[in-house]
Amino acid sequence: LETDAQYFARALTPQTAETDAIRFLVGTQSLKYDNQIHIIDFDDENNIINKNVLLHQVGEIWHISTSPADKGVLATCYNRTSDSRVLTCAAVWRMPKELESGSHESPDDSSSTAQTLELLCHLDNTAHGNMACVVWEPMGDGKKVISLADNHILLWDLQESSSQAVLAGSASLEGKGQLRFTSGRWSPHHNCTQVATASDTTLRGWDTRSMSQVYCIENAHGQLVRDLDFNPNKQYYLASCGDDCKVKFWDTRNVTEPVKTLEEHSHWVWNVRYNHSHDQLVLTGSSDSRVILSNMVSISSEPFGHLVDDDDVSDQEDHQPEEKSKEPLQDNVIATYEEHEDSVYAVEWSSADPWLFASLSYDGRLVINRVPRALKYHILL
Amino acid sequence: WAAVGAMAAGPDHGSGPGDSPEGPEAEAPERRRKAHGMLKLYYGLSEGEAAGRPAGPDPLDPTDLNGAHFDPEVYLDKLRRECPLAQLMDSETDMVRQIRALDSDMQTLVYENYNKFISATDTIRKMKNDFRKMEDEMDRLATNMAVITDFSARISATLQDRHERITKLAGVHALLRKLQFLFELPSRLTKCVELGAYGQAVRYQGRAQAVLQQYQHLPSFRAIQDDCQVITARLVQQLRQRFREGGSGAPEQAECVELLLALGEPAEELCEEFLAHARGRLEEELRSLEAELGPSPPAPDVLEFTDHGGSGFVGGLCQVAAAYQELFAAQGPAGAEKLAAFARELGGRYFALVERRLAQEQGGGDNSLLVRALDRFHRRLRAPGALLAAAGLAEAATEIVERVARERLGHHLQGLRAAFLGCLTDVRQALAAPRLAGKEGPGLAELLANVASSILSHIKASLAAVHLFTAKEVSFSNKPYFRGEFCSQGVREGLIVGFIRSMCQTAQSFCDSPGEKGGATPPALLLLLSRLCLDYETATISYILTLTDEQFLVLDSSLTARPRPATSSPLPGLCPARETARRLLTHYVKVQGLVISQMLRKSVETRDWLSTLEPRNVRAVMKRVVEDTTAIDVQVGLLYEEGVRKAQSSDSSKRTFSVYSSSRQQGRYAPSYTPSAPMDTNLLSNIQKLFSERIDVFSPVEFNKVSVLTGIIKISLKTLLECVRLRTFGRFGLQQVQVDCHFLQLYLWRFVADEELVHLLLDEVVASAALRCPDPVPMEPSVVEVICERG
Repeated sequence: LETDAQYFARALTPQTAETDAIRFLVGTQSLKYDNQIHIIDFDDENNIINKNVLLHQVGEIWHISTSPADKGVLATCYNRTSDSRVLTCAAVWRMPKELESGSHESPDDSSSTAQTLELLCHLDNTAHGNMACVVWEPMGDGKKVISLADNHILLWDLQESSSQAVLAGSASLEGKGQLRFTSGRWSPHHNCTQVATASDTTLRGWDTRSMSQVYCIENAHGQLVRDLDFNPNKQYYLASCGDDCKVKFWDTRNVTEPVKTLEEHSHWVWNVRYNHSHDQLVLTGSSDSRVILSNMVSISSEPFGHLVDDDDVSDQEDHQPEEKSKEPLQDNVIATYEEHEDSVYAVEWSSADPWLFASLSYDGRLVINRVPRALKYHILL
Repeated sequence: WAAVGAMAAGPDHGSGPGDSPEGPEAEAPERRRKAHGMLKLYYGLSEGEAAGRPAGPDPLDPTDLNGAHFDPEVYLDKLRRECPLAQLMDSETDMVRQIRALDSDMQTLVYENYNKFISATDTIRKMKNDFRKMEDEMDRLATNMAVITDFSARISATLQDRHERITKLAGVHALLRKLQFLFELPSRLTKCVELGAYGQAVRYQGRAQAVLQQYQHLPSFRAIQDDCQVITARLVQQLRQRFREGGSGAPEQAECVELLLALGEPAEELCEEFLAHARGRLEEELRSLEAELGPSPPAPDVLEFTDHGGSGFVGGLCQVAAAYQELFAAQGPAGAEKLAAFARELGGRYFALVERRLAQEQGGGDNSLLVRALDRFHRRLRAPGALLAAAGLAEAATEIVERVARERLGHHLQGLRAAFLGCLTDVRQALAAPRLAGKEGPGLAELLANVASSILSHIKASLAAVHLFTAKEVSFSNKPYFRGEFCSQGVREGLIVGFIRSMCQTAQSFCDSPGEKGGATPPALLLLLSRLCLDYETATISYILTLTDEQFLVLDSSLTARPRPATSSPLPGLCPARETARRLLTHYVKVQGLVISQMLRKSVETRDWLSTLEPRNVRAVMKRVVEDTTAIDVQVGLLYEEGVRKAQSSDSSKRTFSVYSSSRQQGRYAPSYTPSAPMDTNLLSNIQKLFSERIDVFSPVEFNKVSVLTGIIKISLKTLLECVRLRTFGRFGLQQVQVDCHFLQLYLWRFVADEELVHLLLDEVVASAALRCPDPVPMEPSVVEVICERG
């Protein structure tokens, strides 16, 4: 399923707090017009895509993320151009109430009914430089946010219903040359006290309580690391991707060697995402215009298929065919999606339906795909 | 006479009317057979004949005229009773006719034989006379014989007496001599012992032993025996002494043992002792060998060592074994077993020593010496091997030789690997050197040739060295191992194919460590290795394999025509080489592409594109890019062929560019700065993309220059595109990009297979830059051209 945003776009996120409807947010990039945030609703039963537009007038959007607690709250990183200087800022926004749940039908032309976002607060970065991304604490109440600004990592506390952002801690990367964070993710494990960041060819882990580095994977990739993601089910595992066309899987307890390396793309890999519930499914998007869905069974939390504990076998309706899928499965590429015609800069799993994902290419095309049915049943049964 | 008799008997029986109805003259053969039959009957051969005439009438029938039991009365009676008158008359006339015929036959016979009767009578008469004369002479002979007998009896009666006496005297004489011998025995023995003639002594003792034993009860004999025993005991003691001293060498010892055996010493004990002595001597040999082996580096070379071992130990062992088998043959299988165990144990120790020595030799390079040493070792051991089949010495020796051969193969493989690595180091140095010295070093092609030839010569040397193992004159070369497995598995698979594999692996390892562990692998080395592998794939491997096959497998196939499994196909070695070449080349493209794209990336990322000034000239980094690309082109051109370009007029640079810079470029992003809908841009670019093929940036490369360069340029330009998209440009920034791209366009098209590709990518760069520009005012194409030409 495809839809055109009709703008250039790089930023894509699922609406994290929404667990019923399949909804993605796309931020556009345009230097000449008012930028927009497109709220894409996908009706799974009728295969209908519904689109609502929010105006985002402050600048082109480079990164977008949504609060895990409040459906209406999101954060963007945007470019502000002012007298021959470009500065990337970040702000937290609230969308209008009626768009939150997506029940709002907009039969009219979307641009005519475009509504504006309500600004909650700025993440003040005048001292720190360009914002690369904003990450919400994945399990919390939507009060904690990490933002990466040039070589600083900033922890913000959002107070008074997110209307005020207080800098709660920061750390910075010192070293020769221009060190700049490219990406970061918040680990869902360890009670959400760890954040991992990528800068140049290095992966680093940070403890948010002390804001100090806990591990460092030097030369994780031959070239720039573009993105990383934590395995949602195995606490020490994370995936990274970069300009060397590779996707690498790491055990953070052993920083010298990757657990596994995939080399399927023919250009830079911009995005890597674990499926939220079935961590053998790994999605990657690359500037060779391809999206690849891989099945990394051997290093997933279910290397022998869906393992069922003995004591809760009774309440699993699918325990019957368990025996036959005990043998370890092979890692393989499940599917390569070539619908895009320009570089794919973002891929995301839906937060509501674990079998659904969206990918966004530079020309503004958003493609929504499903995990192949056969594989889905293979994993489930 | 018999014939006449038969004929005469014929009329009696006649030939009955039932038997020969056609008449007597009709069937001559029939008659003759009948006549013979009768003769036989007459002579009592009736039984054999009875079977011959199965159809004949019952011979006991009294009515049968020809039968033996013919009874005329019965016959007549029967005739009279059975036949009518006419038939009776007929038979009567018939009978009369037959009788007449028989009479005349008889007369003829008598006339014919009359002369014979007469001469026979004459002869008999003459014989009668002769016999009478002979009788007289015989009588005379008889009387003469009687006279002779008489005389003879008288003579023997006279001589009888004397003869008896002579016989008695002779007996006494013999007895006396024996006695004398016995009496002299002790002194003789003593003398013998004193003189050391032990053999003589033992022989005497052996002769006298039985007699003395028999006449033990006589006191004089007893004394002699006692003396003898004392002397013998001394003898035995002396022999043992000599035996124990053992200094006099194996043959004399063997003699001692023989004598001792003859003296009735227990064989069991002797053979134990014999072996113990032999062991002592052989151990001494082993010790001297071990001393040669020594903790310090061995002075004598391996050939000398095996010679010593061969002559000293193996020779000794042979002597011992031969002597033992001769002496203790009576011991039977138990004795042989003892010897075998003995030989096995000592042989094992000898082998251990030899192996230690050979192990010291493993590091050395001289194969011919080793092979000769092994040959001698093996040859030496064939003699005891034949003697002591049970000890399995020959087998163990062959095993050692095989093991050494295998180790040699491994050593050579190691050597080849080391040589290859050495070559690589040389190449690295050669590659690094010219940059330091500042002058032109040897060209890549030259280096490649050097490497290839040096590896090849190494391989040939190894093959030649290994080939010594299978030389005709070497004693173990016709063992099945050296015929079959050594050639096919060891040399061909293990050494040659193994080396090629490891070479490929080494080469591939350069790909696998991207600047992390291996440090900076010079790209030229990658290129060189890639070409080397490709050469191997196309020619060298098959050449080497053919060489190997010629040298080694000929032996194999001439011996047995059995199919050699999968060895004759050159395939297993080939695949990795080509794959390696491809991987190396691809890696080369990646590395070089990375170098250029890093340059481009830095140049895009570090510049402030919003506040840049109006472009006056091409940025230096672009010139660097073109320079580097040219350098790479030269480098690759040294080793790889040109390759195929898409057919395009060669002077298209100018023309295409004008198209590019005017109409196409305009069409591409002109709408983006007219304030229409942003959709147009997308639409246009989308439509454009529909018609252009997807560009695989990091795609595998072909083995030619154009493909390599295309790969590098693709990577670089794609990087440029992605970097441009991440930035925001001012008006002059855009114009600078325009200039840069035009410059690249001017110089890069000639390197690639399809210049359309460069256009496409550069177009996209400019278009993206335009999109990332809030104020896109492109520079006049003519100005761009002027700037570029000036730059």
